[in-house]
Amino acid sequence: MPLILTEEQTMLQDAADGFLNERAPIAHMRKLRNERDADGVSRDLWRAFGEMGFAGVIIPEALGGMGLGAVEAGVIAESLGRTLTPSPYLGSSILSAKVLIEGGSQTQQAWLPRIAAGDAILALAVDEGAKHAPSRITTRADRAGNGFKLNGAKAFVLDGHVADALIVVAEADEGTTLFLVDPATAGVVVERTMMVDAHNAARVTLTDVAVDADAVIGAVGGGEALLDGALNLGRACAASSLTGAGDQAFKTTLDYLRTRKQFGKLIGEFQALQHRAAHLFSELELARAVTIGAQLAIDEGREDASLAASIAKAKAGRVAELAVQEAVQMHGGVGMTDEFDVGLFMKRVRVLNELLGDAGFHAERVARAQGF
Amino acid sequence: MTELEQFRAETRAWLEANCPAECRGPLGDDEMIWGGRDATFKTPAHKLWLERMGARGWTAPEWPAEYGGGGLSREHAKVLASELRRIKAQPALASFGVWMLGPALLAFGTEEQKKRFLPEIVRGEIRWCQGYSEPGAGSDLAAIQTKAEDKGDHWIVNGQKIWTSYADKADWIFCLVRTDPDAPKHLGISFVLFDMKTPGVTTRPITLISGKSPFCETFFDDVRVEKANLVGTLNRGWDVAKYLLAHERTMIGAMGEVGGGRPVGQVALDAIGADEAGRLDEPMLRARIADLEIDAAAFRLAMERVGDQVKAKQAHPAIASMLKYYGSEMNKRRHELLMAAGGADALEWEGERSHDGKTARDWLRTKANSIEGGTSEVQLNIIAKHLLQLPGA
Repeated sequence: MPLILTEEQTMLQDAADGFLNERAPIAHMRKLRNERDADGVSRDLWRAFGEMGFAGVIIPEALGGMGLGAVEAGVIAESLGRTLTPSPYLGSSILSAKVLIEGGSQTQQAWLPRIAAGDAILALAVDEGAKHAPSRITTRADRAGNGFKLNGAKAFVLDGHVADALIVVAEADEGTTLFLVDPATAGVVVERTMMVDAHNAARVTLTDVAVDADAVIGAVGGGEALLDGALNLGRACAASSLTGAGDQAFKTTLDYLRTRKQFGKLIGEFQALQHRAAHLFSELELARAVTIGAQLAIDEGREDASLAASIAKAKAGRVAELAVQEAVQMHGGVGMTDEFDVGLFMKRVRVLNELLGDAGFHAERVARAQGF
Repeated sequence: MTELEQFRAETRAWLEANCPAECRGPLGDDEMIWGGRDATFKTPAHKLWLERMGARGWTAPEWPAEYGGGGLSREHAKVLASELRRIKAQPALASFGVWMLGPALLAFGTEEQKKRFLPEIVRGEIRWCQGYSEPGAGSDLAAIQTKAEDKGDHWIVNGQKIWTSYADKADWIFCLVRTDPDAPKHLGISFVLFDMKTPGVTTRPITLISGKSPFCETFFDDVRVEKANLVGTLNRGWDVAKYLLAHERTMIGAMGEVGGGRPVGQVALDAIGADEAGRLDEPMLRARIADLEIDAAAFRLAMERVGDQVKAKQAHPAIASMLKYYGSEMNKRRHELLMAAGGADALEWEGERSHDGKTARDWLRTKANSIEGGTSEVQLNIIAKHLLQLPGA
């Protein structure tokens, strides 16, 4: 497949950009932040997002979604990266929905129409320590009666503080297992974490949390493949958000280079800045190509899809990091102000970089996959 | 089975039957098959491989079949490329005719020129060189001084070119000459073709830091050039030159790809060894190689994406500068890492063990990648001006 958007995908992009620019521009995020909103995310906006179909982009049509693929999921993620909109999209519509689509029982899949409608928010609790390390889960799932008892501590759970249900990744004797957990269950403590980018996550502690056997998603010990599929898609979407945020910061910077005057000249006339801008442009082209490449690999069910998602996440992360750093530097003093937007992009990119494995994590995967 | 799947199956079968065993696996830069009147082949099998691929037009898969090309759509050409990669087939032909002149002839050439030159190029029967740079016209290419004097049905050409790749081995040259000395510098240039055996043409190889001589100084002393061999409009050769440069830049950018040989990580493992976990036993180098491979994978996709954009008529012509800039800088990085991976072994300059210092010589050769075909700095200028529309660029 060509590495460019189809006509339908371009229409989806226009719709997502249009909706977000109108309903949730950067001012929306600033308002939630400045008013210290209790949730840090707007349920009303999320429902409207659902009405547009965006929240159900990957959910099958029979379950109320659009039934589309990773490229389309990435299109929406990129738009969200441009407007910095706090939204449960990645945690609920992508990571959690993907787990339930692939492994959920009929009862569990009843969540999917609600996710698609923006009525329900689900959160995936995978990380535990400071770094993403899904192969070193320490949260335990021990058999107790007809079900399991969960013990452990989860961190960086996207939108966990507003989640109607949690998908908890734990280790059972049989191996990695995924559980659908009601946050109201005794022993579950959810603490919202205020993050640098004013987006939302939570720490979740599980102390002797009793769940029935039917809380298991898929098979006991069969969580790894389910988790991998969701993480791959999540990483490819995060790569899109990174590309969107990096590109938007770049566009803002280009505007500044074309209008700001010093020494009687537009600063964009200085070759020292032109060459850095041209280099960054090149890097962004690579980020775009590698990101859609990974999404196509996922949609085509290719063997290298997991590796491709890692490469995309690493590359888009590094490029976006460069883009926001150059943005602040080239804006000079105004880039350091809270009033100006470029600093917000820097914060968002830092969070997205850490999410689902940073560039170092993914470079390690690449090295291992290539056998060195 | 879709038509494309059918094509893949047929292509796979044909390649299995027709790509000789000797033509699979890595091919050294020195062993490339350039074709031409005085063609040399690594083995007889390589000659056969060129003949077979040339006969199908698959040395230029996307050129129209009426001019000897493969007549394939981009999607079919992608399938062919992936099937060639699958069996690690060596390129049947390395050719400035295919990479540079051909696309310019297709866009600007007369019907007669296309019919005369393109089929020969596809079959590898003619080897071309490029007469662009001059001692006083490097980055400022439009400053060329080589003069073509109008003599009615022909011109008399006098002047000097430099950095002419393989001029001493080429059959014909495509050359920029000044046909109007009074016009502004971009508007007095014409694009002409002539035989390197024409009286008055001499070449002198230039020895590079790699010890090799891929480039020449080329001198023209009252060289007769027929007017029928003008490509495009008189005095508008700069348009042809720019168009062709875009293809050249894409080609140089792609060198990191085709000239890649064995993956750097494997080279390093052989030289340095692995730790107990099977990782390269040099963690800092390992991290740098992994970063390179990430960039290389992203660059491959960026090249493919630009190709898709060209096909969909969404590409900006200046995008070739991005590929040239990024690909050549990346190739330099790759060879720095190959030197680091090779350590002291990579420092040998002569002798059989090192294939006469192949690693070191290749490393040095790549330093020209960001100079030839327009320096990295010129590419960045072009990006700033044409793609970013920055002021005063």
